Amino acid sequence: MAKMVRILVAKPGLDGHDRGAKYIARALKDAGYEVIYTGIRQTPESIVVTAIQEDVDFVGLSLLSGAHNELFPKVVELLREKDASDIIVFGGGVIPTEDIPFLKEKGIEAVFTHGTPIKEITDFIEKRLEKQ
Amino acid sequence: MDLVDKVQSGSIRGIARTISLIENNSPQKEDIIDELYPHTGNAMVWGITGPPGAGKSTLVDCLIKRERKQGRRVAVIAIDPSSPYSGGAILGDRTRMQKHSTDEGVYIRSMASRGHLGGVSVATGDAVKILDVAGYDTIIIETIGVGQTEVEIIELCDIVLLVLVPGMGDEIQAMKAGVMEIGDIFVINKKDCDGADRLKTEVEYVLGIKNALTGEEPNPVLLASSKLDEGIDELVEAIHDYLKKAQTTGRFEEKRRDRLEKEVYKIFSSKVHELLNIHLDIENNLGEWISSILNGETAPYKLINSKLNRFVKENRII
Repeated sequence: MAKMVRILVAKPGLDGHDRGAKYIARALKDAGYEVIYTGIRQTPESIVVTAIQEDVDFVGLSLLSGAHNELFPKVVELLREKDASDIIVFGGGVIPTEDIPFLKEKGIEAVFTHGTPIKEITDFIEKRLEKQ
Repeated sequence: MDLVDKVQSGSIRGIARTISLIENNSPQKEDIIDELYPHTGNAMVWGITGPPGAGKSTLVDCLIKRERKQGRRVAVIAIDPSSPYSGGAILGDRTRMQKHSTDEGVYIRSMASRGHLGGVSVATGDAVKILDVAGYDTIIIETIGVGQTEVEIIELCDIVLLVLVPGMGDEIQAMKAGVMEIGDIFVINKKDCDGADRLKTEVEYVLGIKNALTGEEPNPVLLASSKLDEGIDELVEAIHDYLKKAQTTGRFEEKRRDRLEKEVYKIFSSKVHELLNIHLDIENNLGEWISSILNGETAPYKLINSKLNRFVKENRII
């Protein structure tokens, strides 16, 4: 059997709105990926442990509360600390355009804001896999 | 350090990677399993099964909590179905267990069934071995939500908890063969819901008929609410009692031997299958065979028997 791509969809922080995360999870499932969903209100620490235990290739972070500049880079940083920087992090949610360059600089490889067609996300995943 | 050493030292990345290799059927799989095999057999393996939405994952969450209190290290393998269309999956069981995610004594792994139909995935048995060698004392396998026929869990664990909820039919349903037969302990979950007591009575009634026939001791039927965390202490006590008793009567070793027998037989069958596939080149010839059946030149059994007989003769097997 060919290697299956595994993706963790995680919701860091305190906002309880997970429709976006669930939508992405469902769409990625339909695109043929194995999607692990954490549920809401996760700490960066729990997300990183989960990503490692589940041996995922990607972590997709969804956040609507405005704490992305704090929490997204923290996930990347902890992955590095745990010797798991090969796990690719992307994010989405309510993210102001002006914050995106900062997040990319911090190692979040792609940021998808609301209204992004799913194809853009799956294209990113496939392209990124080719690179490996 | 190679993967087997990493598993033995309990490295989380090592364990996770090794499980993926097995799941992906990597060429290293057989060597890894054979190398790990002599070190297995220390963990107690619990199977949790029952219909979708019965509260299995939430129950596992409660069980992890109790086992951790006793100082035991716990690993969970939670299986959810793969899509028959895309092959993808939503693995959502661990959502109910996330509060244990940063506890170093707990490892949780979600697995997709990847087309396998028995309620578990093909790699589940080997994942148990990896976690066993990694030093987890209690390994909990949560099956996909089952119906009436997915009973493969009995081949993977020392004890099966069958989780039932009220509202799924009368005692005739409870009498049927299949899933209803495989519980060592029956858990009536959502005990605060209407009909829970009645379901308990019905299950006990049906088990009573079975026990009258076999002379065995009745299986425990326990009311619980995993959501409210009620009835769980009694359940955990019943689990440990069952395992202790099984060990003193020899039933435990007997079951493990049976399991190994089934496993070896399964490996053997799949190897023979693989071998014949290669020698008869089934993939390339199948189209032609089907055409000859459709043309009326031959019939399915006749065709297969002639191919197999020729294979046996050509290779002087008999």
